[in-house]
Amino acid sequence: MAIILDNDTRLVVAGLTGSEGRFHGLRNRAYGTNLVAGVTPGKGGQDVEGVPIFDTVAEAVDGAGANTSLIFVPARFAVDAIYEAVDAGIDTVICITEHIPAHDMLRAYRYFRGQGTTMIGPNCPGVLSPGKANAGIIPAEIFSEGGVGLVSRSGTLTYQIGHELTQLGLGNSTIVGIGGDPVVGSSFVDVIEKFEADEQTELIVLVGEIGGDEEEKAAAYVAEHVTKPVLAYIAGFSAPPGKTMGHAGAIISGSSGTAQGKKEALEARGIEVGTTPTEVAQMVASRLK
Amino acid sequence: MDLYEYQGKDLFRRVGIPVSEGRLATTPEEARQAAEELGGPVVVKAQVLTGGRGKAGGVKLASDPADAEAKARDILGLDINGHVVRTLWIEQASDIEREYYLSVTFDRGAKKPLFMFTTQGGVEIEQVAEESPDALVRLHVDPLEGFQPWVARRLVYGGGVEDPSEQKQIAAIVGQLYRAFVEFDAMLCEINPLIVTPDGEVKALDSKFTVDDSGLFRHPDVAEWRDPTAADPIETFAREKHVTYVKLDGDVGVLANGAGLGMSTVDVVAHAGGRPANFCDLGGGGSAEGVVDALEVITRDEQVRSIFFNIFGGITRCDEVARGILAALDRLDMSKYPIVVRLDGTNAEEGRQILAEAGRENIHPEATMLDGARRAVELAGTA
Ligand SMILES: Nc1ncnc2c1ncn2[C@@H]1O[C@H](COP(=O)(O)OP(=O)(O)O)[C@@H](O)[C@H]1O
Ligand SMILES: [Mg+2]
Repeated sequence: MAIILDNDTRLVVAGLTGSEGRFHGLRNRAYGTNLVAGVTPGKGGQDVEGVPIFDTVAEAVDGAGANTSLIFVPARFAVDAIYEAVDAGIDTVICITEHIPAHDMLRAYRYFRGQGTTMIGPNCPGVLSPGKANAGIIPAEIFSEGGVGLVSRSGTLTYQIGHELTQLGLGNSTIVGIGGDPVVGSSFVDVIEKFEADEQTELIVLVGEIGGDEEEKAAAYVAEHVTKPVLAYIAGFSAPPGKTMGHAGAIISGSSGTAQGKKEALEARGIEVGTTPTEVAQMVASRLK
Repeated sequence: MDLYEYQGKDLFRRVGIPVSEGRLATTPEEARQAAEELGGPVVVKAQVLTGGRGKAGGVKLASDPADAEAKARDILGLDINGHVVRTLWIEQASDIEREYYLSVTFDRGAKKPLFMFTTQGGVEIEQVAEESPDALVRLHVDPLEGFQPWVARRLVYGGGVEDPSEQKQIAAIVGQLYRAFVEFDAMLCEINPLIVTPDGEVKALDSKFTVDDSGLFRHPDVAEWRDPTAADPIETFAREKHVTYVKLDGDVGVLANGAGLGMSTVDVVAHAGGRPANFCDLGGGGSAEGVVDALEVITRDEQVRSIFFNIFGGITRCDEVARGILAALDRLDMSKYPIVVRLDGTNAEEGRQILAEAGRENIHPEATMLDGARRAVELAGTA
């Protein structure tokens, strides 16, 4: 079954005529994703390798039946693209763009949550359901199909853990990069809720990092609502307070948002936290064997 | 980006929040002149990007221009929590009847702006929150609804302000502070203390202001205020080179692609018993040129003894990284650094081959992240 993306996904890429959008959009199609449209204002009627381009998302929904939007447009225009997709009735919006102003996301968040749209990102690598569909920049060849649900604030760290899992012969139901910004569309809790309901997912791995309190909230949620085993990894134990560690959201403010605090919150709820990516993969393997 | 007090007050002034008149000074003589221009007693204030300046001796009252010069001499060069004072803000001294506290922050947990107000200002807010939580009014604002006057009423009445003129002035400042918060893409706007003078006038005596880096493109004038001398010199150099870098205090230089993998690599080096020298994210692209720049930044740190490249290719191609490493070896003097390289993911095989064929003595390939970290730690010890 998998979550967020599956065989019913009909993808529209905002920015398909740009270099990033084109490269990754076509890679997603080559993987087997049903890429039905691109949107670039002013280029409606053209095509990219046979994929029709529309001027607006609404036209892509009407004309091509798009239900999932992948956003590759520059930061200044990305919020507009998010609202446009939500208002066009798209079910799932995935935004890869980095450096969207936090205030813009704050307002957008309040809006799309009210509309019932599933939003992933921004500043994320996208979503991959191995064997079904890929939307974003996750290198699909590293992953195989299986029962591990992976949710992470980071891209490459997810690849690292996915790779370690693959080496141990384990596959994934869905890999969800929720993004490294202070405000993202879906939290750990939102994604874990979907994994809990998903038949294919047998075990959930949460990959967190310093900053904010979403890992702590996830720990509390898991203890109350989740029956499947959950394992975790947290990055940033050596990070100094007050410094942004690559991701806009990866910052320890005063004494809050530390890796140690998150580890303790998770362990207090019975969620094991691996010390290295390798150890996490081994823990998964021993639980599933 | 954190702003200095005088910069934050400039933004306060733009939205109508009352602040004192003042001048910048970088020498005792300038401080004297500023005091002459302002007339009357002044306060000499260290401009550093850290709180608690008052306690550290960085805020001093001066009765006349000669005294301002003397106080400036005391404060310039002072080290406040690791920040050396190079600039002073000289402003008219106010008579203080009461000190309040008002702030609005970006509460990422609640995903809403959060106002905090208390009439017990002048001390650290954490202390108030701990010792007399009932005196602290906290109130979230719905970002879609925006600021409405009732928000200010809840804060002012809830905080127990009784004088009608004070209530009115503070309510106006609450609205203005929210405007500054939204208009300048702030993550934090704090006034501590917000004072009441014996004549009943309310004004902002201090400012703490943090602007979202991602919003800076909308505020080019604010972006220009960044003070390159305030940051660590290597971090400033990294910023010029567009390298994402944070200085730590060890001897193993670390490079990875991606923020999460970068943080994890730093942790794994520490886990292997080593001391990471830095965090460095090569970014998604990871071009050969970017690798050269990153190595130039990392090797500016004289403590570095070994370097660990931990690359998991996604969009980053390992062959490109390998070429970058070789280009850096040609262009920079890297002979004294053992470089441990772990390549995986996109084009990893090509990358490894490129390095192997180059036959450089100081390149040490490792197959896994853990082994790479252990090796780099070991080599830092013997280098
Ligand atoms: N212009 C001024 N006139 C009179 N007193 C001042 C003035 N500016 C600051 N002070 C006093 O100095 C204290 C500390 O100054 P402040 O600007 O809050 O620095 P910090 O918070 O870094 O210690 C204030 O609480 C106030 O009592
Ligand atoms: Mg203060």
